[in-house]
Amino acid sequence: MIFTTFKRITRTGFVNFWRNGFLSFAAVVVITLSLSVFGAIIFVGAFGRSLSADVRDKVDINVYFTQTAPVEGITSIKKDIEGLPEVSRVEYISREEVLEQFKAKWKDNSLIMQGLDEIGSNPFSAVLNIKAKNPGQYGSIADFLEHKDAGSGETSIIEKVNYQQNKLIIDRLGRIIPAVEKVGTIAAIILVIVAIIVVFNTIRLIIFTEREEISVMKLVGASNVYVRGPLVVSGIMYGVISAVITLILMAIVAYWSDAVVLRFAGVEIASDFELVVNILSTYFIENFGQIFLMIMSAGIILGGFSSYIAARRYLKV
Amino acid sequence: MIHYDKVTKIYADKSTSLDSVTFSVEPKEFVTIVGPSGAGKTTLMKMLIAEDRPTHGTVYLESANIHRLSKRQTSILRRRIGTVFQDYRLIPNKTVYENIAFAMEAAGRSDSEIASDVPHVLELVDIEAKIWNFPRELSGGERQRVAIARAIVTQPDIIIADEPTGNLDPSNTYEIIRILQKINELGTTVLLTTHNRGVVDTIGGRIITMEKGKVIKDDKHGKYIL
Repeated sequence: MIFTTFKRITRTGFVNFWRNGFLSFAAVVVITLSLSVFGAIIFVGAFGRSLSADVRDKVDINVYFTQTAPVEGITSIKKDIEGLPEVSRVEYISREEVLEQFKAKWKDNSLIMQGLDEIGSNPFSAVLNIKAKNPGQYGSIADFLEHKDAGSGETSIIEKVNYQQNKLIIDRLGRIIPAVEKVGTIAAIILVIVAIIVVFNTIRLIIFTEREEISVMKLVGASNVYVRGPLVVSGIMYGVISAVITLILMAIVAYWSDAVVLRFAGVEIASDFELVVNILSTYFIENFGQIFLMIMSAGIILGGFSSYIAARRYLKV
Repeated sequence: MIHYDKVTKIYADKSTSLDSVTFSVEPKEFVTIVGPSGAGKTTLMKMLIAEDRPTHGTVYLESANIHRLSKRQTSILRRRIGTVFQDYRLIPNKTVYENIAFAMEAAGRSDSEIASDVPHVLELVDIEAKIWNFPRELSGGERQRVAIARAIVTQPDIIIADEPTGNLDPSNTYEIIRILQKINELGTTVLLTTHNRGVVDTIGGRIITMEKGKVIKDDKHGKYIL
């Protein structure tokens, strides 16, 4: 009996979906628009996270050592820095590597290369390149280095820490990135709430137009499950179809965004920012399973649950 | 047995639709309730299917107080009562077949029972040719036949017909009354409301006359007195 009831409810839901024609179309359009808002939030979030990670990755501080600094001393400082919880990575670049990098960069400038030859010896010092987990943490790393240097009691092997020169931009990024993330999250929550309200009201209007039929069904002895079931099935169908359309739209946007960025930024500039150009398409492919689940379940919940709630008041016959 | 016990209905705007109405209906009776518009006939019918609640008094079906039933019991009660409305109240996006099948599905009948009984009942009300039509494609008389078919298909104990001929021409009116009489002859209790003198005179039998929410006459072999 339960199977028969389930079969009849499902069949009626499907039939009503097709027979309601324009109303079903309107519901699908509204839910698609709302799911597109979800999709846009997912994309903007991915884009923002990628940009933010890119910016964070470009911020660092360098510790320059004296030319006579022994490798053991530098290694010991490196080890100490790596032990700090706010540090994500420390890279040691020896004097020879700094010289090689300099030569590679200026190999076409004969004047500079000639000057370097005239000096004779390697004029560069070893460097520790430090990346923090968060831009706001560079200050405490610089403080640590300063105190370490002052407290060692021996002649300092640290010549310079370039934190003060970069302090302004590092501090700004440290404030801007969390603020942007916070504003983005609040905006996303507001948009999601608006989308949910719009969908709920649309489905409520559709069910309002069916209130007479609902009361007739109740008066001929149909149980609440039997009356509400097909409405929920139709609601789920609105959600599933809208989710499929939204996923297709998201795929189109993800792939077109690459072309749009290329066109607006110009191919040369865009090639410098390869990471930015391919963010959405790469993100869409890599996270398709998760995006599919999110959009599909949002569609099903929006359509089905709204129908379930909206039908409630007309069942009181 | 149906029993209305001092049933009063006062609406929110203080208007009184029923005023201490008391009467009983025995099984297999054909009772015609007559009265002008606003006499309370429709409210009386709504009480029986728990579509409306009395302000005071009680409506019993056998020993059960209809307005004390749970939601589930109310659904079961409604399956025992076939209802025919003046405005037909067919489900517009269902075909004739589906409208009638729905009542059977709601009553938990099997697919094979539905497949055999629906054409049979349509034949009984002489509308089998329109089985796959939608209500919008039918005339008033045809729609009312479908409504009657829907009311009788589950073989209920009681049929209530609230002004079923109100929107019909004389020829269709007498055809609908004939069908209701035939159903009554097969053992179903019928409660019919009307303000059509011709219908009342045709039916004869027990007539309850109402005016301003009160029963002013209950006659076993009555005539239209208003």
